[in-house]
Amino acid sequence: MSQVNDFVINIATVNGSGSQSANTILLKTLFRMGIPVGGKNVFPSNIQGLPTWFWVRASKKNYTGRRELADIVVAMNPQTLLSDSKLVKTGGVLLYNSDMRFDLGNLRKDILLVAVPIKQIVDSVAAQGKIKKLLANIIYVGVLADLLELDREILNSAIKDQFDGKESVVDVNQQALEKGLEYSKNYLKKENFPYRAEKQDEVNSQTKGKIMIDGNSAAALGLICGGATFSAWYPITPSSSLVENFSKYAALLRKTDDGKNKFAVVQAEDELASICMVLGAGWAGARSFTATSGPGLSLMQEAIGYAYYAEIPSVIWDVQRVGPSTGMPTRTAQADLLSSVFASHGDTKHPVLIPGTPGECFEFGQVCFDLAERLQTLIFVLSDLDIGMNLWMEDEFKISSKAYDRGKVLSEDELKKTTNYFRYQDVDGDGIPFRSLPGVKHPAAPYVVRGSGHNSKAQYTESGDEYLEVVDRLTVKWQTAKTLVPKPLIDQKKAKVSIVAYGSAESAITEARDLLRKEGIETNYMRIRSIPFSLEVEQFLSEGQRIYLIDLNKDAQMLGILKMELPQLGNQMISLRHYEGTPITADKISEFVIKNERG
Amino acid sequence: MDSKIDSKNEVPILKNKIGLEKKDYAGGASTLCTGCGHDQITNHIISAFYGLDIDPYDVAKMSGIGCSSKTPGYFMNKSFGFNSMHGRMAAVSTGAKIANHRLTHIGMSGDGDSISIGLGGFCHVIRRNLPLVYVVANNGVYGLTKGQFSATSYKDSTLKSGEKNPFETIDICTLAIDLGCTFVARSFSGDAKQLVPLLQAAIKHHGTAVIDVISPCVTFNNHDGSTKSFSWVKEHDVSLQELGFIEATEAVNVDYEEGSVELIDMPDGSKLKIKKLVSREHDVHSRLAAMKVLYESKANGELLTGLFFIDENQKNLIEVLELPQQSLASFQGMDLRPNDLSFKKIMTNFS
Repeated sequence: MSQVNDFVINIATVNGSGSQSANTILLKTLFRMGIPVGGKNVFPSNIQGLPTWFWVRASKKNYTGRRELADIVVAMNPQTLLSDSKLVKTGGVLLYNSDMRFDLGNLRKDILLVAVPIKQIVDSVAAQGKIKKLLANIIYVGVLADLLELDREILNSAIKDQFDGKESVVDVNQQALEKGLEYSKNYLKKENFPYRAEKQDEVNSQTKGKIMIDGNSAAALGLICGGATFSAWYPITPSSSLVENFSKYAALLRKTDDGKNKFAVVQAEDELASICMVLGAGWAGARSFTATSGPGLSLMQEAIGYAYYAEIPSVIWDVQRVGPSTGMPTRTAQADLLSSVFASHGDTKHPVLIPGTPGECFEFGQVCFDLAERLQTLIFVLSDLDIGMNLWMEDEFKISSKAYDRGKVLSEDELKKTTNYFRYQDVDGDGIPFRSLPGVKHPAAPYVVRGSGHNSKAQYTESGDEYLEVVDRLTVKWQTAKTLVPKPLIDQKKAKVSIVAYGSAESAITEARDLLRKEGIETNYMRIRSIPFSLEVEQFLSEGQRIYLIDLNKDAQMLGILKMELPQLGNQMISLRHYEGTPITADKISEFVIKNERG
Repeated sequence: MDSKIDSKNEVPILKNKIGLEKKDYAGGASTLCTGCGHDQITNHIISAFYGLDIDPYDVAKMSGIGCSSKTPGYFMNKSFGFNSMHGRMAAVSTGAKIANHRLTHIGMSGDGDSISIGLGGFCHVIRRNLPLVYVVANNGVYGLTKGQFSATSYKDSTLKSGEKNPFETIDICTLAIDLGCTFVARSFSGDAKQLVPLLQAAIKHHGTAVIDVISPCVTFNNHDGSTKSFSWVKEHDVSLQELGFIEATEAVNVDYEEGSVELIDMPDGSKLKIKKLVSREHDVHSRLAAMKVLYESKANGELLTGLFFIDENQKNLIEVLELPQQSLASFQGMDLRPNDLSFKKIMTNFS
């Protein structure tokens, strides 16, 4: 009997060979057949010639996180054929390009070997030159289409969409697909193939109302909906596609009637400049952001402290990658947490939002500016490569109907009615002063913003008392932030074991908890979505008996911050760390918990 | 405004065309050293804005860090100011200008701020042709940290201690010309007659206007052996032209010998009047000529001042970005949120 709508495919290719299109077609076809899928691209920091893997996970149970092993490995890369063959689960399939002339006969007895002579099949397609080379990829899609019984109509629509309806390209790809299918029909024994995809009808479809999206595209759309008008950036993996998508979609969504842009994007000379441009624009009243990753964040440090102390609304979207230093730019991590919360010299603390899915990237893209302007401070959003660049299944996005919160900004008319407006004075007791924007014509409005010591009137000072008045107010503001930042997501089962995670670890949690449940271990779950911690976080932690905290970094950074902010609670937690650069798997979580629970 | 009236001898009710007195352009008291060249620059800036009838509320004062960057506190209190970080004036100004291009931005920087720590920003703001008056108060020395060499110090010039500078100097003007700057000038902090019209033309200029103002540091770089001291500058200063500024509303009255005066049209209809000096024939529209005249004067041991290059025809950054008349900062929620229909269309890319 074959395994239906529950399999992991790992496609091993050489980067720069154009496999991305073929893999997307495969993924989209499964998705449109109503089967939940996830797509994870494991790629090198290189343009051409190094190994790359694309994982497609189809799961009727909605488990779309990473797995250590695959049911089907498509081996197209001679460099890694041997090691790739080891990634096949017992009973699984190794579908390999038999042009590689590699004797796999004795390699593994516990898997099914499927040889596909890619070159021979490609040669039978009437196409020329460069395009022919790319067709190798669509051949394995054709073979898989036959073996998995993919829906042909959907497959064709996916090809059309992938190539944007460009007829000649669509045609030749369909031809090649056909050849792949034919080969499979003629030479491969489908009855031995252990996996099958079954189309779900309208009623049973598990993907209706869903989209497949990466977190960087989602963030770009969120930031547009959230009112971002300015972005300055410096290209860096894995955040570049965020601003590129912002430009692309803003050009579609943000034009004036006479075709002018209600947005601006500047590719800066370095990250020092990009954050400084953002601060200039934030000070002037525009909703502005930059996107970066670890090394860029390091370069921005001085300006981050400036934003904090001068109280300039601004947003840094950090798509985290593996450090330290250049590290592994195309691998994922959550290792910028400490360096974000406490970024810059002197006494600083910054609110941090931590999306766990592309859906939350879209949501926080809108929320971040309300918070930045309400709190008059720099807000970090910490995404990571797994969320930012991989394809996740999400509910279709809907624009928030909540009005923008522009915070405490005094207009000319309001200034006329106000006596004694001083830029850095706490009037309401929430630690948040009023501000005025350049261009406002009122004698009380103008001030010189500065990173040097200043008093509540925005005047230069070196007086300890005046300094304290301002920085102690910033501490009050931090308390106010606790009530405004996104609350954690909590599933409280009153169990003895609790799991606490944040960010992209989310993709493995449902499956991990189900695995634990099968072993008789019920769990509560909380996903932290922001710092500072709201009361709900404190409450959940105080109710837990044995709390497992998952950090995707070496030094348990979230644990460190919890210990600092909630010392009475932070010390009891059991730390699970995963920091090899891959998304954490459900198995790793469940095995760790089981081992600890059973001793 | 009639510049012939000496305010000392009149009832102090002199007002410019928007009804403001010169004191309406004043700032806080300077805390720089007595006699500092930067305070002279501050006064010329006040004169320039007052003379152009620009409302201080329509101006943003930008700066980095250093003695030069303190000056926005000393002029035009009714203008917002951004005293930013060391070397970051250009970048901060880029963001501020894009967010509200309806304001006039004047950037105050120094030789350390612009030519060492902020050299990248200096180069790239010029490349982008951001509309910005970029004043480098150039004293060849780090003043606030008590007298180290800067990158504009001449080779073999000396510190107060006698220590010689072993490294080449960076010339702000030739560098700016090479980078494609659309307005390049040099002046001396003590030369109101030259600097005020230069500032006024820079304020009206379409893109980035760099003015390298030699501004002696009386405390750390005013000794023998310095090439930025008052006496050295006075001995070596050679003016390329005589300059004057004619507002758009003023009648043009050229009473000079034909061919010796050029009127350069500024975008708002005002004019920069350039009276060429007999011995110095220079075409301000030619980068090549500008480089040549600067190299030659340097070889002759002169400090050449004046307008070296101007080009009003290049697109500025605001035009390149195709921004609307309305400032980005003034758009509100209803202007910025996409409509559901166009958003839904984009969603179909992902299904």
